[in-house]
Amino acid sequence: MVAIPSRHKSLVLLAAVVLAQVLALAVQIKATDSQGDKQSLIRGWTVGAVSPFERAGAWGVDKIRGTWRHYFALSATARENDKLRQENNDLKLKLNELQTKAEEAGRLAALLHFREAHQDVKMIPARVIGTSADTSSEVIYVDRGARDGLKRNMGVITPDGVVGKVIEVYGDTAQVLLLTDKDSGVGAMLADSRIQSPVGGMGEPLLNMKYVAGDDEVKVGENVVTSGMDRIFPKDLPVGTVVSVKPGMPFKQIRVSPAAKLERLEEVLILPTLEPLQMKVATETDTAQRAAESAAENTAAKKPAEKPIEKPIGERTKSKPAKEVPAKTQEKTPEKTNPTPPTDHPQ
Amino acid sequence: MNVNDAFDIRSAETHIEVYKFRGGSIVIATVVALILQALLPVYLPRTAMMDFPLLITVYFGLSRRNPSTGLLLGTVIGLLQDSLSKAPLGLYGIAKTVIGYLASSIGARLDTEHPAARFALTAMFFVVQQFIVVLTERLLLAKPGTWFNMHLAIAAGVNGVVGMFLFILLDRLRKS
Repeated sequence: MVAIPSRHKSLVLLAAVVLAQVLALAVQIKATDSQGDKQSLIRGWTVGAVSPFERAGAWGVDKIRGTWRHYFALSATARENDKLRQENNDLKLKLNELQTKAEEAGRLAALLHFREAHQDVKMIPARVIGTSADTSSEVIYVDRGARDGLKRNMGVITPDGVVGKVIEVYGDTAQVLLLTDKDSGVGAMLADSRIQSPVGGMGEPLLNMKYVAGDDEVKVGENVVTSGMDRIFPKDLPVGTVVSVKPGMPFKQIRVSPAAKLERLEEVLILPTLEPLQMKVATETDTAQRAAESAAENTAAKKPAEKPIEKPIGERTKSKPAKEVPAKTQEKTPEKTNPTPPTDHPQ
Repeated sequence: MNVNDAFDIRSAETHIEVYKFRGGSIVIATVVALILQALLPVYLPRTAMMDFPLLITVYFGLSRRNPSTGLLLGTVIGLLQDSLSKAPLGLYGIAKTVIGYLASSIGARLDTEHPAARFALTAMFFVVQQFIVVLTERLLLAKPGTWFNMHLAIAAGVNGVVGMFLFILLDRLRKS
C-alpha cells in the first residue's frame, strides 16, 4: 500500500470528503437533457465518462474484427470461393449440356416432322460422327453403313435441303461428300425460270452454278432446286439460293448459298430412293438472311481459286445409276445427263 | 489522543498554542449556530446575510489548528446547514469542508488571536465560501450565481465584525 506523508494526509482527506460530497450532490441533482427530460447528473456523468471508452473500445474491436475477417480469416472464404467457382463451372457445363440437348431436340424434332411428312418415302436417318481429316476435302462420316442398307451415290439431305451424296460405305459407317467439296456437284435448276445447270462446290461455303448462258435472266435471291437429272436426288429438293450474279460470256458467274447448313450438320437423312419429296419451303426472310450470311462467309473465306466443277454428281453417277430410281423419275430424267455443256439445259 | 487535549505546534520561528474546549461545547455551539441561522431571518430579515455556521467552522478551525478535524467539522456543519435548507446536500458541505481545512491550516501557521486578524480572516473566508458555493452552483446546478457584488462585500464585512465579537464569546469555552 502506498504510504501517504503525514503532511499530505489532511489534503487527501479534504479531497476525499469534497469528492464524496460532489458525488452526493450529483446523485441528487436532476439535470435536463437536450430532449427536456430530467435525469440524474451522476448518471449523466457516468455515461459521459464511460461512453468515450466504450466508443473507443467498440471502434477498436470493430477494427480488429474487420481486419481479422478481411485479411486473416480468409481460409473459409477461400474455401467457399473455390466451392462456388467449382459449382459455377459445373453449372456452366450443365447449362451448355442442356443448351446442346435443347438444340439437338429441336433438330431431331424437325427431322422427325420431316420424316412423318414423308412416311411413304424411305429415308434412313443418320448421325454425323466425324468429319474430314484434311482441310482440302469436304466430307463427313455418318453412323450408318452397309448393314443399314446404305450404298454408294445415295443422296444425303436434311429438312433444309441437299447435303451431298454417299461416296464410301463401310460396315457401320459411311462417308458423305458434301456439296461444297470441289469434286461435288448436283443436277439443279432455277426454281422460277427452270433453267437447268449443275451446281457444284468450290471448296468454300458458296456453291457455283456455272453453265447458265450469259443472256439468261437470273435474279439474286432466286431459289435453286434439284433437277432430278443426276438420278441421285429427286426433283425440286432445295439446293440453295442465288446470292450473286455476274455477267459473263458465254456463261454467267452465279454463286449459290447452300440451303442446308453444311457447316453445322449433326443429323442427316439418307435417301435410298428418288421418290419426289415436298421439302420445307424457305420464306423470303430466311432466304435473304441465309444469302447475307453466305455472302459474309464467302468474303471472309477469300479463297482465290474459283475452279469449275470438275465432275458433277450426275456425270459421276452416269456409269453407275442407282437401282432405286423409280421408273417414272427415269422417264422424266434424260437418258444421258451431261450438265457440262450448256445444251444440257432443258427448255 | 483526545480531541479536547491541548498541545503545541512548534516551528523554528513561532510558538502557536492549540486549544482544547469543554466537553460538548463544539456540538452545542454548532447546534446553536444552526438554530440562529434558521430562526433569526424569520424575525430579522436583514440577518439573512449572516452565516453563523461559517463563523463556528472558522473559529474552531483556527483554534483547533488541525486540518483533518477542521475539514471534518466543516463537512458536518455544512451538511447540517444544507439539510436545513432547500439546497441539495453538499452545496454548503463542500464549501465549509474547504473553509474548515483552510482555517485549520492557516491557524496552524499564524497567530489568529488578534481581533483584526479574526475580522480579516472571517471576511475572507466568507468570500471564499461564496466563491465555492457559486462555483458549485454553476458547475453542478447550472445556476448562474453572482461571483461578487456589493451586497456580498457588505455581508463579508458584517460577518467579519460579528465573528470578531462572537469569537471573544467562544473563547470562554476554552479550557484554561
